[in-house]
Amino acid sequence: MRNSFKFITVLFLSLILILTACSGQKTTSSKNENSNKAKDEKVTIDYFTFSPGDQHEKDLKAMISAFEAQNPNIKIKYEMASFDDYFTKLQTRLAGGSAPDTFELNYENFVNYASKGALLPLDNLLKADKEFDPSEINQKAFDAFQYKGKQYGMVESFSDVVLYYNKDLFDAAGVSYPNADWTWKDELDAAKKLTNKDKGIYGTYAPIQFWEFYKTIAQNGGSIFNKDKTKATVNSPENIEALQWMVDKVNKYGVTPTDAKMSGQSDGDLFKAGKIAMLRTGIWMMDSFKDTPFKWDIALEPGNTQKAHHFFANSLAISKDSKHPEAAWKWLKFMSASKDAAKIRVDSSWELPAVSNTDLVNSYLQQTPPQNRKVVFDALDTLVVPPVIPEWNKLTDTFTKELDLVKLGKKTPKEALNELQPQVQSLVK
Amino acid sequence: MVGDHGLKKFLVISAFLLPNLLGFLFFIGIPIVASLGISFTQWDLLSPPKWIGIENYKTTLTNKEFWAALGHTFYFIAGYLPLVMVGALAIALILNQKLKGITFFRAAYFVPVVTSWVAVSLIWKWLFNPEYGLVNYFLSQFGINGPAWLQDPNWAMPAIILTSVWKDLGFVMVIYLAGLQGISPSYYEAAEMDGASAWQKFWHITLPLLNPTTFFVTVISLINSFQVFDQVMIMTEGGPADSTSVIVERIYNHAFRYFEMGNASAISWLLFFIIFFITLLQLRIQKRMVGDGN
Repeated sequence: MRNSFKFITVLFLSLILILTACSGQKTTSSKNENSNKAKDEKVTIDYFTFSPGDQHEKDLKAMISAFEAQNPNIKIKYEMASFDDYFTKLQTRLAGGSAPDTFELNYENFVNYASKGALLPLDNLLKADKEFDPSEINQKAFDAFQYKGKQYGMVESFSDVVLYYNKDLFDAAGVSYPNADWTWKDELDAAKKLTNKDKGIYGTYAPIQFWEFYKTIAQNGGSIFNKDKTKATVNSPENIEALQWMVDKVNKYGVTPTDAKMSGQSDGDLFKAGKIAMLRTGIWMMDSFKDTPFKWDIALEPGNTQKAHHFFANSLAISKDSKHPEAAWKWLKFMSASKDAAKIRVDSSWELPAVSNTDLVNSYLQQTPPQNRKVVFDALDTLVVPPVIPEWNKLTDTFTKELDLVKLGKKTPKEALNELQPQVQSLVK
Repeated sequence: MVGDHGLKKFLVISAFLLPNLLGFLFFIGIPIVASLGISFTQWDLLSPPKWIGIENYKTTLTNKEFWAALGHTFYFIAGYLPLVMVGALAIALILNQKLKGITFFRAAYFVPVVTSWVAVSLIWKWLFNPEYGLVNYFLSQFGINGPAWLQDPNWAMPAIILTSVWKDLGFVMVIYLAGLQGISPSYYEAAEMDGASAWQKFWHITLPLLNPTTFFVTVISLINSFQVFDQVMIMTEGGPADSTSVIVERIYNHAFRYFEMGNASAISWLLFFIIFFITLLQLRIQKRMVGDGN
């Protein structure tokens, strides 16, 4: 017995020795690599990204080769993840000390990472770079990625949500096309005429979920928080009225299909199938609507007391642990402000580059459909940014539950929003 | 005393066990111990963990969503366990006959067990589709207007229970089949001589002699069903209106959506204690029941 116990102890000790020896070796070897790289002056920058998806991976590759051609001593090694997995993977890598040098952050998650000190402040790099001119970037989008007065992210692209409409369905029903003066009432009147239950055609569609909610209440003068996000204003009369309007379109007027009627098909699929006459969705859908057999166009969203349009933006940030901040900065600058990257983005109908270059903007505007592409920029005048707080995911989950109940008719908008008010307040303390 | 020969034997055994033991140590053992430590901290992966004592356990136990999820988990078990056990026993009894092609049927019932949960969940999601799904089509043949299943908070959990029963039926059936074949035919012969009916034979011979099997199946199924997760995540993500939110789904959300590792670890340990005490209770009951059966 005693012998075997001794044996186990020795075994474990030797194991530990082997393991530590292994890890020791690893660190020295990677150090060697680094110094070698410094001699060759060739560095590799990791880039972790979610936005390309399968559809735009080739465009990302094109951007990388353009960048590498301009910066022969920098190599970009990219890695993609789907949006659903992206932040779990990113956070795990940051925690494990193997953070990618550069990575993508959307506006909603940017605050969280900046506030926890995971990002490298860019101000010194910005100042040191004499070639960089911030005026080449859309100012609003550039400023969005500041936290407590410091720049932490470089905006690369933005997108917004507009009203898509099926011209053929409007013509068939003899209804005039939506225009910038439309309000919710005009939309409802048209939707009633466009709805044709026998053919399974519905007049208008907007999902009942948190993102749609914070925009719709803005169209009625409401909001989720006060200006400095210290107080929740969830159950204001404006918000209750707006949510009532969202559900009435489904349950009272029947101009919007229920989830059960949609049976797992997406709103985009139904629009493409000619079953929805008016659809609120993002400009990222334009490409997939390109080949529909009917004519369609876009317009500003109808509002009630005022206009409001979604605004989403993505940025690139540098990890605070990156060993090559200068090279990483060059990559950020390229993705954010260079005409080459912006041109690839525009030509492939990916999201819109945040550059202020008018030639590029014009080439974007000339693409059809839709005829009225200018609406994409008009919508920016009345943009509403996501009501971001550090507890963002909790905020969205809390809303999802209550909005589900409203959608199912188990709670009135008033009951649900009254229930939410203290819960949301507790998230901002 | 362990001699030279004993040591050699021990070395050989250890060498074979080592890879598995190391895997267990690094990927299961250490993480389990670490999660106990983490459960007393506040940790978002980005900033260093902060020791907060039993705060996580307090917030969890006063959290409405935790209790709701626990309730939903018990609801799942209450529906799943009896259905899967009675169903599996019934099928095992049928498949225990000496019929032609019986191995084919045995294999057929076992196929769902070896299918991945992701595939099964996606298929059943389509079957439960309110407009085009086969389930509602089948019901409509009998003039029944089927519910919206996964979109209806009252029917989402029953739908998940049905899916889970369908998938696990084969596993429980195989264990029952083994149990049935372990019963000596002499009992039945003796009973037949005494003029026992088929029902009496089942009730007084088969069922009592299956006691150890039933116990094993209950313990395994109960532990598994407390950890119900994959099917929920794929079919409903805990919705609609949180009606299918279960404990492990809570753990997942706290860990990987809210990045509250401390909170998630605390819920994991609470789940461990719940399972631990229920299994302990079962062992007590088993001593009484199975002991008698033998």
